Amino acid sequence: MAEFEPKIVAFVCNWCTYAGADLTGTSRIKYASNVRILRFPCTGRIDYMLLLKAFDEGADGIIVSGCHPNDCHYTSGNFHARRRWIMFRSLCDFTGIDTRRIKFSWVSAAEGAKWADIVNTTVASIRELGPYTEYKIVANNPVKEVSHG
Amino acid sequence: MDDLRKRAKELLETSAVKVVIGYEQGTANKTRALFVEKAEDADCLIFDSRCVQNLATYVTKREVKDKGKMAITATLPVMRSIIQLASEFQVNDNNLLVLGITPESKLVEFKNLSEVETFVHQYQIEIDAKNKEMLDKIAKMTQAERWKFWIDELSPCFKCYACRAACPMCYCHRCTVDFNQPQWIPVPSHELGNLEWHIMRAIHLTGRCIDCDACYNACPLAIPINLLTKRMLEDVKINFGSYQPSIKADHLMSTYKPDDKENFIQ
Repeated sequence: MAEFEPKIVAFVCNWCTYAGADLTGTSRIKYASNVRILRFPCTGRIDYMLLLKAFDEGADGIIVSGCHPNDCHYTSGNFHARRRWIMFRSLCDFTGIDTRRIKFSWVSAAEGAKWADIVNTTVASIRELGPYTEYKIVANNPVKEVSHG
Repeated sequence: MDDLRKRAKELLETSAVKVVIGYEQGTANKTRALFVEKAEDADCLIFDSRCVQNLATYVTKREVKDKGKMAITATLPVMRSIIQLASEFQVNDNNLLVLGITPESKLVEFKNLSEVETFVHQYQIEIDAKNKEMLDKIAKMTQAERWKFWIDELSPCFKCYACRAACPMCYCHRCTVDFNQPQWIPVPSHELGNLEWHIMRAIHLTGRCIDCDACYNACPLAIPINLLTKRMLEDVKINFGSYQPSIKADHLMSTYKPDDKENFIQ
């Protein structure tokens, strides 16, 4: 069997991490190709439901990344996002969702090397954890037949 | 609770309020909500230890609101809900009069909502020992055990939304689950959709839930969904300081501090 290739979804903000990832490319830094980048206007727009849907659709890992605190293009989007992540991560942990598979980071537009590093370490750790079968089994369960008899 | 009945009668006779929300004797030794609009009906009002339904649910309902000024029989959790609703601009002094019932079962009438707030702030929101034990038990499980626990617990849920209907904080006219473009939460009873629905509910109630257990009491399958909101309540206390609903306060999740602490962002 071929080696397991993790599917990683990255939710990034337009102003910092997306530009940072762009810099990684223009600097010709090589990094793992397992990541699918989704560009958002701001980390404040990254709804927790989107993360759940990513797992639902078969992601093995998730990266959420945006501007460093105080650097938000919209002044406070990342502060709001941070509060939400604190609570969401804790709830995920409580409900048994594997929080090791969700990586949160701040990557600025100047940190091309950091982006490559974040992706590489995430891919390596997810490769070690293996596919997220727990979630996939539940996601692929057929809908129960309900009898009204 | 003769004084409650007497006061309700007075309020309705003088037209100080148009409707008094309280409890009446229901079927099978249960109590149910009663909306008194005529002074002579006030005799049906009762209050005893069986009255656990959170009546604050009704003060945001159009059909009740439209009657005019409301008076509500409010136990401590109901008063807390009212204060939270006031901070979200859902109720105010012009449309709501609170007939408070203290934990010692005494009737106190509040002139305005800030008096209610002062009263409510005398008591801390505490999670009871039994549920605390359960929270600790779940926290001690491994991640895989927790996953199994919640998938098993939530799988019988058929999304009747009784928890949503019973919750005073779930007053949106259109809830996320009512939308089908996009369909965030799958409609059929399915483990994943059920989990997503309960996660969503808990997140939406973060920093707003006052731990009245109305959702759990309403659940026909007695799924311990209140554990999710209780856990969120504990986390709010740990991360953002103590939690007490206050009229003037911003909603915890729509505000921030530049020095909010976390330990997981790289």
